[in-house]
Amino acid sequence: MPSKAVDRDLEQRLNEIRESSGGTVRVDEIGEVVQSLLNSLKGDLTAADLRIYQELEGLAAYIRAAKAEIAQLRPQDIKEHFISSASDELDAIVEATESATNDILDAVEAIENVAAEAPEEINQKLSELTTRIYEACNFQDITGQRITKVVRALKHIEDKIESLVKALGGETVEPKAADGQKPAFFTHGGEGEQDLLNGPQTPGKANKQDDIDALFSSFD
Amino acid sequence: MPVDKNMKVLIVDDYKTMLRIVRNLLKQLGFMNVDEATDGSMALQLLRNAPYGLVISDWNMEPMTGLQLLKEVRADPKLKGVPFIMVTAESKSENVIAAKEAGVSNYIVKPFNAETLKTKMSSVLGDF
Repeated sequence: MPSKAVDRDLEQRLNEIRESSGGTVRVDEIGEVVQSLLNSLKGDLTAADLRIYQELEGLAAYIRAAKAEIAQLRPQDIKEHFISSASDELDAIVEATESATNDILDAVEAIENVAAEAPEEINQKLSELTTRIYEACNFQDITGQRITKVVRALKHIEDKIESLVKALGGETVEPKAADGQKPAFFTHGGEGEQDLLNGPQTPGKANKQDDIDALFSSFD
Repeated sequence: MPVDKNMKVLIVDDYKTMLRIVRNLLKQLGFMNVDEATDGSMALQLLRNAPYGLVISDWNMEPMTGLQLLKEVRADPKLKGVPFIMVTAESKSENVIAAKEAGVSNYIVKPFNAETLKTKMSSVLGDF
């Protein structure tokens, strides 16, 4: 079969797959295309045809090996057990710290009520101390936001594994983000605002209040 | 003109614990008339129903963020003059610039202390 005819058949089949799958091609379908291409190579073969044949055979073997290796990693298990479990654990941490912080705040508010009836000097001292406790309780908000970022990252990994499982011939639950779009992990807020929603930065990278003040004042 | 500590202050944060902390810090500063909202749209509704002397808002909330709330406030002829302090963990320079361009009155980065809150409130409202 002339090479150009093979190219046309191959292109037609690939277009069919693209249209039916929205750009995602399953490994099985690639194998099918390669196999049909090999089957089409009948009659007198030129040296060029043979080179293509050898390369396609190599490609098919590579795909089979990759598929076997990925299957051994049991991506469905990673998705269903490890990631799911890690997300649950992190959610539990947020709930536990929130609950503990509220217990602390209950106690501090009770101390403030007692302080209100105490002599002025003691009241003042207790007020300073309770202020410090309120300030320290900021941690819950910050750690909560950090953990939420990690949970979203895990969700993103889960989506990628879902795509991998789909490529291996498994079934998917959720559609993946279209090419060129940011994954759902990053997207909420108004148009053009997504890049501004980063949550807390690590201590070494974060601007301190003095940096914020200097930047803020530079507008005046 | 002295600051009226009886003015209504609206605090906006999706972490209820944070609302509680800010409310208590405001109470220690003498501001007792404090309302709470857990996202921008709820805050906007409250702002349109009663006069507030100050908004203290988080940034990262859903569905309406603090920045979107700020833009809505500044676009509303009846609300555009309300002092608005952003209190957020978003500490990147581009965040401060975006907030400033949207008309924020001041910007506090979390975690913050009571003194910082008082200082920024004073810069917006006047000494108290």
